Amino acid sequence: MTASIRILSAFQRRALNEILRVPGGAIPGVLAPAIFLIGLSGVFGAAGDLKGYQGDFTAYILPFGMLQGATFTGAATGVNLARDIEQGWFDRLLLAPQRRSLLLLGLVSSASLRATLPATFLLLVGFALGVGWPGIGALAIAYVLIMGFAGVIACYASLVALRFRTQQAAPLMQIGGFIAILFTTAYAPLALQSSWLADIARINPVNKILEGVRQGFVPGTVTWDTTWQALVALAVLGLVLGGLAVRSMRRTGR
Amino acid sequence: MWALAGRALRNASRRPQFFVPMLVFPSLLLAANTGGFNRTTALPGFPKVHGFLDYQLAAAITQSLLLGGVSVGIAVALEIENGFFDRLIASPIPRTSIVFGRLAATFCIALVQVLFFLVLGLIFGAEVQGGIGGALLVLLIGAIAGTGFGGIGMSLALRARNASLVQGIFPFAFVILFLSSAFFPMDLLRAPADWVAAYNPLSYIADGLRNPIIAPIDAGAVLEGLAAALGVTAAMTALSVYFLRGRLREP
Repeated sequence: MTASIRILSAFQRRALNEILRVPGGAIPGVLAPAIFLIGLSGVFGAAGDLKGYQGDFTAYILPFGMLQGATFTGAATGVNLARDIEQGWFDRLLLAPQRRSLLLLGLVSSASLRATLPATFLLLVGFALGVGWPGIGALAIAYVLIMGFAGVIACYASLVALRFRTQQAAPLMQIGGFIAILFTTAYAPLALQSSWLADIARINPVNKILEGVRQGFVPGTVTWDTTWQALVALAVLGLVLGGLAVRSMRRTGR
Repeated sequence: MWALAGRALRNASRRPQFFVPMLVFPSLLLAANTGGFNRTTALPGFPKVHGFLDYQLAAAITQSLLLGGVSVGIAVALEIENGFFDRLIASPIPRTSIVFGRLAATFCIALVQVLFFLVLGLIFGAEVQGGIGGALLVLLIGAIAGTGFGGIGMSLALRARNASLVQGIFPFAFVILFLSSAFFPMDLLRAPADWVAAYNPLSYIADGLRNPIIAPIDAGAVLEGLAAALGVTAAMTALSVYFLRGRLREP
């Protein structure tokens, strides 16, 4: 148990080192969602005048931006894994006398930790644009969901990295999460969406996670009903993608 | 020049990982924007349109062309990094052909990009109000603008000589696009986006592309779009040639 914790903390330290030593690598994951947030609120801000948004448009799309940051961070974990595979470092890691599921957990947990960076930056940008304080409880739930979602995307990206074993698969790692968060209530509530998009959003589990993150900002009240649905959606995605990633990890090199 | 253009086109077709994102990402955003913001056409001040998809097509085309510009920059930077560019300079050809050959290929790729989005729009219910003439105008403005964006990418590559650095401008292409009237009518933009959009050439290019799609052809909007696209192309081609000459003067 102690050895497992030591391994996990080593992965966390490696992830933090990467941020400190290669800050340029973290910039796109932080900058791109911020640009989207500022751009969308400036360009589509008038859409908030439509009935149905239940609040300010910037507050409505801020949680989408935070999840987008988690998506970029999760995908970056897969790209880093592909880089480690290409450079041979991953092979040395596989030689370590540890369970492979623990290695995957190390990667995924480092993605969860790193996801707090774009989320916090986005939050500050949102406050600067006039978004109200959602409350400490709502924020705690939002962070749990964002960190969990980054882990889920990291599982998916690791799966792709283990399959293709090259950084050239990076667009494939990014596009999966991008599609998952885009076809939700990202830009507009269900009632204002086209019927085809509303139908997709209703069955998309990521929409539940987004609603869970959003509840503190819009409508501004946290409910257990929204929270448990978000947590269940996250758990299901985590189990499915995490299970597939562990399976792929175990098969690597055999 | 034509040999170099042909080579650039062959390279693009052999490396779909560079070409496909130019079509896929804008298509995804087009779908999400259309599905999410379709009711905004009811906002006071929104021009009369057949549908929000029609309105957004110009934004998707502009976005795709900008990504094409980034792709050109990366391709040139990679050629500099792997030494091919130096061999090209040493060969007995006019140096400006290196710039013009690449931009000729960019023009052809831009035509394909614009055509792709026009067909995509028509499949999903958009209508080109300007008819076949309008569609041809969209192709012309788009191809010229795409060449200009390719010139931006090429200038950056000749200056930076590093593919990662050129790739780093990707988010900034979005900044410039967001600060234009490409996605939403100028009158509905909020400050300071509306102020910047009024001076942003992308606004005129996007409006020029959009006019033949959403309304009967208005010479004013089309000519403004054409002039903005030609202006960007002329300026960026000149800058590319200038940076190329600057690079040749270096030891």
